[in-house]
Amino acid sequence: MVSTAAAPPSLDATRAARLRRYYRRRHVLARTALYAVAVLAALVCAGPFLYGAITALKLNADLYDPDNNPFIFNEPATLDHVIFLFTDTAFLTFVANTVWVGLLVVAITLVLGVPAAYALTRLDRPWAGPMGIGIFFVYLVPPTLLFLSLSRLVVATGLQDSSWSLVLVYPTITIPVSVWLLIGFLKALPRDIEEQAMVDGYSRLGAFTRTVVPLLFPGVVAIIVFAFTLVASEFIYALAFISPTSEKVVSTGVPTELIRGDIFFWQSLQAAGVLIAVPIALLFNLLLARFISGFTQGAVKG
Amino acid sequence: MTQTLRHEQAATSPRMPVRRLADREGFLAWAMLLPAVVYIVLVVAVPFGLAVAFAFSDVTAGDPSYDWVGLRNFGRIFDDPVFWKALGNTFVFTAVSMALIIVLGKVLANILVAEFHGKWVVRFLVLLPWTTPVALSSVAWLWLYDSIYSPIDWVLRNLGLIENHLYFLGRPELATASVIAVHVWRLVPLAAVIMMVGLLGIPTDVQDAARVDGVGFWRRMFEVTIPLTTPLIAVAALFGAIFTFTDMAVVYILTRGGPTNSTQVLSSWAFIVGIEGGDIGQGAAIALFLFPLLLAAAVLILRAVRRIEVF
Repeated sequence: MVSTAAAPPSLDATRAARLRRYYRRRHVLARTALYAVAVLAALVCAGPFLYGAITALKLNADLYDPDNNPFIFNEPATLDHVIFLFTDTAFLTFVANTVWVGLLVVAITLVLGVPAAYALTRLDRPWAGPMGIGIFFVYLVPPTLLFLSLSRLVVATGLQDSSWSLVLVYPTITIPVSVWLLIGFLKALPRDIEEQAMVDGYSRLGAFTRTVVPLLFPGVVAIIVFAFTLVASEFIYALAFISPTSEKVVSTGVPTELIRGDIFFWQSLQAAGVLIAVPIALLFNLLLARFISGFTQGAVKG
Repeated sequence: MTQTLRHEQAATSPRMPVRRLADREGFLAWAMLLPAVVYIVLVVAVPFGLAVAFAFSDVTAGDPSYDWVGLRNFGRIFDDPVFWKALGNTFVFTAVSMALIIVLGKVLANILVAEFHGKWVVRFLVLLPWTTPVALSSVAWLWLYDSIYSPIDWVLRNLGLIENHLYFLGRPELATASVIAVHVWRLVPLAAVIMMVGLLGIPTDVQDAARVDGVGFWRRMFEVTIPLTTPLIAVAALFGAIFTFTDMAVVYILTRGGPTNSTQVLSSWAFIVGIEGGDIGQGAAIALFLFPLLLAAAVLILRAVRRIEVF
């Protein structure tokens, strides 16, 4: 487009028209390719869940016939298996446990993480650099490595078979990554803001709570969502520490309670997967723009 | 005006001593950092030390008393061919999925930054694999890979490409490919988002300048965009590698390491030996092999991040 507009006037009209046609065709082609790839990517990524949604609503007779087209309803759709999930399984208990464990862990993460990140970026201690790197390394210590000894800690504190054990342990996953991200967000905030606040009479601590914390809000929101997703996804600790149904969270409860021996409640399993996946992804999407803008621009301009 | 007013208020404030404490940066730095550090030391560093100690002990689920046995656990795991298979698989899974994650993540990142109708829906669908708990998406894949009712089988059968069932998780090569496919599927969106941050960070005038100069899409991509976003591509790749490397849920739910240990990885093998077999010492010894490799990945990430800050 730009090239045609800037074409030198010496070009004759037919050549200009041909060029314009060429660029228009190329533009259409590029747009078509973009839409094709976007739709393909969306289908591949969401495929297992789209298929899960169809599965969830199928009658047994329809589902368990290998010759039936698996992508359509060969017999009428039914909500029976979804209702079964809510009335005859502990699904809602798992959801409730996940939500309250998640909220508590997020709160602990913020209370410990925000001041730590501030201390590491702004208070100019000589040990801040190594300490920040140390905290980042903690994030890379996998649950598989710690799980054996942590189960001992959980027993020692009397929290085995209680979801409180997860509240105790999950911040090990969320704090390091949150501090690391918060350091990034803080670096994007100009120092002048706090300095101005201190010139205005606030103490260092006051400047932190009254200017930095509010300005950090986009970053904090991103971290709330990120930490909650990490908590909801965790599998090994939840599997290892908790066996009673009433204390299980979604990521272990759904696979263990809905698969009994070799019997799979496929429709209810898929319904549970879709019902959990969609709200989390929606939340993430709402905040994605803020997450990225917090990452790239910082909170304040001018 | 307000500034001088506040100054006077501060000077006459009766809470001066508190203010002084709240102004001492050395004290504040420790007070703000200490809770997080104490927590991490208690719940990560101490258990990590314990895990290392377990690797040199005969601790089992049945007999939790600690006895030092030196390198005996390591001798035993080295004698076991499954350990070497798991070690090899860990590398193969990680290398293959990392390569695919970079390429597909880059493609997806370009889509995510492009402007088109229905972008919001596409974004939502594309992020599903990353935001959904691994255990739940692995269960969804388990159904796609079902030995009898797999829809992939059904499509291939109806296209006349296969006669019988493929048994995705029943044959070593197919099971390996199936596990890698799930890892790539769940980590590409994360890589794409990280790379997207890099793309959005490129000043638009750089792109525009190249475009005005008549530089085509592919040359722009390889000579402008990719060099400018290399550090974030590296971060995305390394995060993909770490998450593939340390994950146990996918292998555990899809194959439990089978058939005949052909998809076993270090973390699933450590879990099976340490938890299901109850040999905590040996399980801890296997898990320890994850650590040096993670350390290497972490150092590389930090290097890449330093370069981001420079540009």
